[in-house]
Amino acid sequence: MPDIAGWDRNQMAARAACELEDGFYVNLGIGIPTLVANYIGEGIDVTLQSENGMLGMGPFPYDDEVDPDLINAGKQTITELRRTSYFSSADSFGMIRGGHIDLSVLGAMEVSEKGDLANWMIPGKMVKGMGGAMDLVAGVKRVVVVMDHASKSGAPKLLHECSLPLTGQQVVDMVITNLGVFEIERGKGMKLIELAPDVSVDDVKAQTEADFAVAL
Amino acid sequence: MKKIYPDAKAALDGLTFDGMTVMSGGFGLCGIAENLITALRDSGAKDLTVISNNAGVDDFGLGFLLQTRQIKKMISSYVGENKEFERQYLAGELELEFNPQGTLAERCRAGGAGIPGFYTKTGVGTVIADGKEHKEFNGETYILETSLVADLSIVKAWKGDEQGNLVFRKTARNFNPMMATAGKVTVAEVEEIVPLGSLDPDCIHTPGIFVQRIIKCDHEKRIEQRTIRERETA
Repeated sequence: MPDIAGWDRNQMAARAACELEDGFYVNLGIGIPTLVANYIGEGIDVTLQSENGMLGMGPFPYDDEVDPDLINAGKQTITELRRTSYFSSADSFGMIRGGHIDLSVLGAMEVSEKGDLANWMIPGKMVKGMGGAMDLVAGVKRVVVVMDHASKSGAPKLLHECSLPLTGQQVVDMVITNLGVFEIERGKGMKLIELAPDVSVDDVKAQTEADFAVAL
Repeated sequence: MKKIYPDAKAALDGLTFDGMTVMSGGFGLCGIAENLITALRDSGAKDLTVISNNAGVDDFGLGFLLQTRQIKKMISSYVGENKEFERQYLAGELELEFNPQGTLAERCRAGGAGIPGFYTKTGVGTVIADGKEHKEFNGETYILETSLVADLSIVKAWKGDEQGNLVFRKTARNFNPMMATAGKVTVAEVEEIVPLGSLDPDCIHTPGIFVQRIIKCDHEKRIEQRTIRERETA
């Protein structure tokens, strides 16, 4: 089988950034989702939320600006902006659970064709915990997953049903992989709406277990 | 009643006992009660149930209480940064209850507010929902989560006064305000005890009614992930 690369990490992040709209409050997960902040389009004003208690997250600090009291949910040092506000974890998850955050971009291990998401636990391996992931997928208005299309061993990650313990049931609205973009109607089904360059529908089918319609 | 104590050891005097439940504020190592954690270790109290979002790192924060095997059970949302924790857990020496982070925060808030339980969408359809009451509201399914209270809450604030009024700084606030409300006794360590009247009453984060004892301490404030950017050079 020829090696099909499609998009790289940065290109996937750039595609995810196209989902941001002017005025959105957005929560970005750890890994590729963090890169989305680098590709926010011109004229699009978004406010980034960090679930440990901050709205209006700025970039990493310069060496002499590092403040141990100012970190993001990945425990990285960050900076504040003129718009920044701080609040408690209860208020933070009130925003999340209460449906006030417009969009969340997350990584995943598996996604089902009905929008179930698994990204926190592999049975038999040390479990680190779900952190805020279950709250985010249950409460945020729109959930976009960014992940490699298949696992490192080549196993599909878009499945009929997730095999791993779920983070949320029928919670994913869009999946962006290195091969293309899928829209999910929660509880119903998924459709392929975009392909990465030099990737065919057959290439995608070969690496996908989930059923999907094609609407390119 | 005098709330100011001379140091962390004095502030915990008479409050610790074996088998007690302790809430410990902080997110990662940010906003943790460094000095009170050490004093809790030195008290020798064991079989502790510790409610904290994280479990510290091997040689700092709650990691100190893991080294000495004083913790029987942790209630946390994420514990990935601690090898000794992993070892004790895999060896069956440590109980662990995972809560989604927002559910953990709300359980503490509810405990302090006299609310015994609440319904949430978080965790529906996952292992978190197993054995919990499910209920429909407006066509959506929710699960019942119960509140949490503690025998002792240890929190870290930026500034406080002799009445126990507290102000937190930036993202070091996190779980501290809710945990301050949910302890039968709450002890706060602060960077500065300021004269009465110098905190703006409109800007107090935790009113003194929730704080029984307060101490001023120095803090190491260790950073877990020091991430920086380079200045562009002309």
